[in-house]
Amino acid sequence: MIENKNDEYAVIVDHATIRFNIASEKIDNLKEYFVKMAKHQLMFQEFLALDDVSFKVKKGESWGIIGTNGSGKSTMLKMVCRILKPYKGSVQTFGTIAPLIELGAGFSEDLTARENIFLNGAVLGYDEKFMEAHFQEIVDFAELHNFLDMPIKNYSSGMAARLGFSIATMVNPDILICDEVLAVGDVAFQKKCERRMAEMRASGTTLLFVSHSMESVRSVCENALWLSHGKVMAMGKVDDVSEKYMKYLDEGNR
Amino acid sequence: MYQQIEVLKKYMPLYRQLVKKDIKLKYRRSFLGYLWSILNPLMIMGIMVIVFSNMFRFNIQNYPVYLIIGQSIFNFTNEATSKAMWSIIGNASLLKKTYVPKYIFCLSTVSSSFVNMLFSLGAMLIVFIVCGVKFTWNMLFIPVILLQVFVFALGLGLFLAEATVFFRDIQYIYSAFLTAWMYATPIFYPLETVGETIQWIIKHLNPLYAYIQQFRTIALDAAFPAFGLILHGILVSAIMLVFGVWRFMKNQDRFILYI
Repeated sequence: MIENKNDEYAVIVDHATIRFNIASEKIDNLKEYFVKMAKHQLMFQEFLALDDVSFKVKKGESWGIIGTNGSGKSTMLKMVCRILKPYKGSVQTFGTIAPLIELGAGFSEDLTARENIFLNGAVLGYDEKFMEAHFQEIVDFAELHNFLDMPIKNYSSGMAARLGFSIATMVNPDILICDEVLAVGDVAFQKKCERRMAEMRASGTTLLFVSHSMESVRSVCENALWLSHGKVMAMGKVDDVSEKYMKYLDEGNR
Repeated sequence: MYQQIEVLKKYMPLYRQLVKKDIKLKYRRSFLGYLWSILNPLMIMGIMVIVFSNMFRFNIQNYPVYLIIGQSIFNFTNEATSKAMWSIIGNASLLKKTYVPKYIFCLSTVSSSFVNMLFSLGAMLIVFIVCGVKFTWNMLFIPVILLQVFVFALGLGLFLAEATVFFRDIQYIYSAFLTAWMYATPIFYPLETVGETIQWIIKHLNPLYAYIQQFRTIALDAAFPAFGLILHGILVSAIMLVFGVWRFMKNQDRFILYI
């Protein structure tokens, strides 16, 4: 992630389209490939996970992304994190990104928690010295002092998620990207995470947040973006958008 | 280009951590630990010496030296490329959840295999001393040979990793190919025992021959390898690397849809 300078915006998504080729069947072996090619059946169904989406996020804003399952919310976050590349259009981000798409995604089962802290830090682009300096802070926040030398495979999912969250949010990133990761862990830890996010927001971090719970979107975000089948249905102040969205859901159910 | 270098710099810690992880995990919970890197090649070489010098009676001077050089270089290529082949699919869960340059995984697996080979040079040194190999200044050239093999394995590894993402069949094809490759490499037999056509094929089409032969010239003949042989080795590894990088870069944005 190369840091470009831009004073006003944190994220600029410009007419971005993400296309998946869904092959009629998944072809991942050579025999099928050649057979299909010979029969001229290498047909791909195009599927646009995001269709010509544009939006801009100013520094310090918080945006919730809402929509039904399969509407392209997670695809949007993955695109902003550069995991997916847009097929058309462009995405620009300004500043450091902390992706919380899945906590502890970079953990290696056989390594101990201590070793994983360094590995996961490196995945996020921090060097050993930096991790050394913040090590205590991470362990304190995750409250895992007694389990540091235990391999991660013996951790419960909640414990691993705590560790993942502590590492990812150790530094105040410029942009925090959050995909319903807080659903794991006990209530006490969830509260702690929410406090941490509030602190970050107070210090000027931009937030992109995906959740199915309208309640948490309303409480965390000022703005919202409503996606449906990869298209933007509405964007703007969270109350307006969520009202439209709820109305739409009600109509659909009727 | 400049951007690429910046990205690599940022992810150097990750590269170091991944190599460290591989090496640490390899011998975790084994009693002798890293010592196995030396003992294992020695044991295998011992068995092969017994088998081949009694059964086939190859007339090679300093057979253990001849054997361990071929064995070390082939084993490295085998291990590095087989592991690199898995490096992208094996890290799918990570690649789907966060952005990291994908080639880091190939580079780190090939590097950790390379470190293992460096450990096993300890075994080679023991064999050299026991068999009375003459130590000459020519041996300073050995790192250059190892570098050629490294670059070659990296190029091949990148290509295999990329191809396996799209076609999982590659893993079966490649494991059969490796068996053929082992027999087509003069590891335990002298090149002169095979027919002339086959000799020509091995010399010209098997890249490992160039690396092994350079090494053997230095250790067994106490001479500097022929210039043509060195050029051959360097050229092959450069071509392999360019090819691997080209294939990988061309297709890496589509990996995410297949892993």
